Amino acid sequence: MKFDANNSGRGRLALVAALFLSITVACERKPGTGGAESTTGDIVVGMYGSLTGDGASFGQSSREGTELAVDEINDAGGLLGGRQVKLLVEDDQSKPEEASNAVTKLVTQDKVVAVLGEVASRRSLAAAPVCQKYMIPMISPSSTNERVTEVGDYIFRVCFIDPFQGEVLAKFAYHDLKARKVAILKDIQQDYSVGLTDSIRKHFTALGGQVLDPVSYSSGDSDFKAILTQVRSQKPDAVFATGYYPEAAIIVRQARELGMKMPFLGGDGWVGDALKNGREALNNSYISNHYSGDNPDPVVQNFVRAYRARFNREPDAIAALAYDAVKVLADAITRANSTEGPTLRGALAQADVPGVTGRLRINAQRNVDKPAVIQEVTFANGEVKFVYKTTINPN
Amino acid sequence: MDTFLQQLINGLSLGAIYALIALGYTMVYGVLRLINFAHGDVYMLGAFAGYFIANALALDANPSILWAILVTISAMAVCAVVGILIERFAYRPVRHHSRLTSLITAIGVSLLLEYGGQVVFGATPRFFPQMVRSETYSLGGVQITNQNLLIIVAAVAMMFGLHFVIHRTKIGTAMRATSYNLSVATLMGINTDFVIAFTFALGSALAAAAGVLVALAIPRIDPLMGLMTGLKAFVAAVLGGIGNIPGAMLGGMLMGLMETGLSATAYSTYRDAVAFGVLILILLVRPAGLLGTARPEKV
Repeated sequence: MKFDANNSGRGRLALVAALFLSITVACERKPGTGGAESTTGDIVVGMYGSLTGDGASFGQSSREGTELAVDEINDAGGLLGGRQVKLLVEDDQSKPEEASNAVTKLVTQDKVVAVLGEVASRRSLAAAPVCQKYMIPMISPSSTNERVTEVGDYIFRVCFIDPFQGEVLAKFAYHDLKARKVAILKDIQQDYSVGLTDSIRKHFTALGGQVLDPVSYSSGDSDFKAILTQVRSQKPDAVFATGYYPEAAIIVRQARELGMKMPFLGGDGWVGDALKNGREALNNSYISNHYSGDNPDPVVQNFVRAYRARFNREPDAIAALAYDAVKVLADAITRANSTEGPTLRGALAQADVPGVTGRLRINAQRNVDKPAVIQEVTFANGEVKFVYKTTINPN
Repeated sequence: MDTFLQQLINGLSLGAIYALIALGYTMVYGVLRLINFAHGDVYMLGAFAGYFIANALALDANPSILWAILVTISAMAVCAVVGILIERFAYRPVRHHSRLTSLITAIGVSLLLEYGGQVVFGATPRFFPQMVRSETYSLGGVQITNQNLLIIVAAVAMMFGLHFVIHRTKIGTAMRATSYNLSVATLMGINTDFVIAFTFALGSALAAAAGVLVALAIPRIDPLMGLMTGLKAFVAAVLGGIGNIPGAMLGGMLMGLMETGLSATAYSTYRDAVAFGVLILILLVRPAGLLGTARPEKV
């Protein structure tokens, strides 16, 4: 079959133009519907997360935390006079473009009243504009990059942000570990890692320490020995790995294989099942985290007990934050007495509820100011444990 | 100085991984003139076969070298069968068509294994059990692990083994005859179907061995692990001269050293770009590769 340019060229062009126009029109018409206005039936809430792929541990934990909270609400009689909360979960396969697709589907087809997610800042940043455009509130349980809530006034979060997390890590390394010269390994593909690196650098330098030029890698890399050898030659007192847990595990392991004995530090992105891949090499590492399961506060202990009973494992910080995000949403729906986007948004902006991870008071930037904990990472008998070291409060 | 020597060791360790995979690429090409793009994915299957066998034997709790060897051999056997099946059902039906048809079929098989793997094994990375206790040897300021040492030794041993099979055995003679001229080899009484199936079985077994060995050193495995590593091994094979066995070794080592050298600079994130830049450069300047000899195309 031969393509005849003379005959069908113009026709095809017209067709493409028409198609393009119709897509544009279709897209322009939709925004502003502002959520489902129905006042009876289930309240449909959407969650998107990395249930599979590199970030699978994040997705699984947040799904479990979310489900636990939703079931507790439903068992207690639901919201708005007995309406049940129905949770729809979409998998984004740990890919930003899929995150945006998943949220578009939740908002336009499933007509959810609010969206919960994501953990990784890069994927939250990809999906947040969708929620903003359709005026559906989105609550990220654990994306710490400060730009996430800057997307718009419909985007909230229930965790601290990286400028604070970087400060916490820098202070701990300087005061507690007595480090004076540090190296940073950053994952240039992740907004989270890049943001956290900048913050650590700024605060550690402000304290009077020396920060070596950050060394870059990409998500999915598996050979870090070349960059680690360069880091080793500069003899830092401590090394930060600001990326996520899959790479962090291999970085620490290969560093120890190269005879690097100094402490390693990471952010909350280290909390994931695959971290155990680092094995004994993980010893002498520290992370900043959102909550500690060791906290004797009854709110925390009740949550830990319920989670353990249901999922037969210890809840991590990601699960705790996901749980808190649902509680914040439920409180806002109750106060708004509505599931309409703009009304719900207004109620969320004034949220102030006690949570498993601390007091959840939404501030003017739609973030919360919460203390961070420092945990020591230990590995024994095939299991990773996060041992509580100290709590650092925001100024 | 320590840093330089350490980087040299790092480069050789990484290069040995590429060499290990490039050997299989180059052998299949040498015999069949087919670039088997599914080779990297058979490498992935080998790692997964090793993963399931080792977990069934609970080797993570009690590492043992003897069992590790057994696991490697079993994974090689599994992949040899897979290789025969791929040849029988994907490549044999198109063998007498143009070479482009085989090449596109190979890409199809590769995609099938990658995304089929995602369906069967899931996209989530898994941790390869530690079948051999990890040990680090230091000499001065230079460290090397027993696993990386094992990879280097295995790559060299496989290179010599392959050379021996192809040049010193009867089946090797048949392989070379088939490579030279398929129809004449058939006329001479060589069972070329068998020879080709054997070539695939051998190539796939080599890929499986590479998969298990690499997974020991870098214990994260997922269905797409063969994609980038396989492509780089392909570049290594082309760099050394595709079809040439010592060339695969040389190409792999050069690639490893080059990537490590680049990672040591501030441009660490450009290493993939450079790897493929090398491919383009070698195809432009010396298409037969460093050790290859250009063979005129028979018409």
